[in-house]
Amino acid sequence: MALLSVGVYGLISKRNAIRLLFSVEIIINAALINFIAFARYSDSPLVAGQTFSLFAIALAATEAAIGLAIIVQAFRLNHDIDVLELKKLKG
Amino acid sequence: MTDILFLTISLLTIIFAILALESRELVYGAVALALSFLGVAGIFILLDALFVAIFQVLVYVGSIAILIVFVIMLVRREKWASVQAGNERILGIVGGLLLFITMAYFSLSTGLGNQYPDQSSIASFYDIGAQIVNEYWLILQLTGLALAVSIIGALTMAKFEGRRT
Repeated sequence: MALLSVGVYGLISKRNAIRLLFSVEIIINAALINFIAFARYSDSPLVAGQTFSLFAIALAATEAAIGLAIIVQAFRLNHDIDVLELKKLKG
Repeated sequence: MTDILFLTISLLTIIFAILALESRELVYGAVALALSFLGVAGIFILLDALFVAIFQVLVYVGSIAILIVFVIMLVRREKWASVQAGNERILGIVGGLLLFITMAYFSLSTGLGNQYPDQSSIASFYDIGAQIVNEYWLILQLTGLALAVSIIGALTMAKFEGRRT
């Protein structure tokens, strides 16, 4: 079962367009599945896997909030959120 | 029984994740993303991690998905539908397939699938709470700090822009 959940990870990171935030969230989810699966399948009782995934979920929430704030800012400044058209950010 | 359940849940999760990235309307994509998060929570339940599953539903389906839908409604434009990915799309598909094949090959060759867990290693709520408070209290504090900083940062961004225009 742990093997198939690795498959989720590989399948997901395939597209790189305007939905970058979606992809990042999905990749984080796949990593969480790996944490939980390996914690479950280890011989000794590993609570740390679940603890780490709790922290990771909380940090993913902050990351999503900041990312959405940046998207709103970029839309206000640029009236467009195409990543390729944000070239004026180049220094 | 568990295998069938696991296969359906993981298949649904993958399908919804692909749908979230490929659907034409962005709002449908957000809904599919929320459903995919629900599927991940189901996998957590199958892996005997009930607490993490509850946390996942609360945080992801409850807050992140709603936040994403809210932002999409706020920043909605018809132009988004016409954003096309050209060569990057083929590159992304090929890269994702390569990554998937290599990871599947190496994980199938490890023989981890033959390892069966013993039932005694199920972590209870008490264990998780005790470990968070006793061993990882510093990380807990730092997580709270990061949350506060992110909230303050988002508020500052919004307010800064409001003052300028």
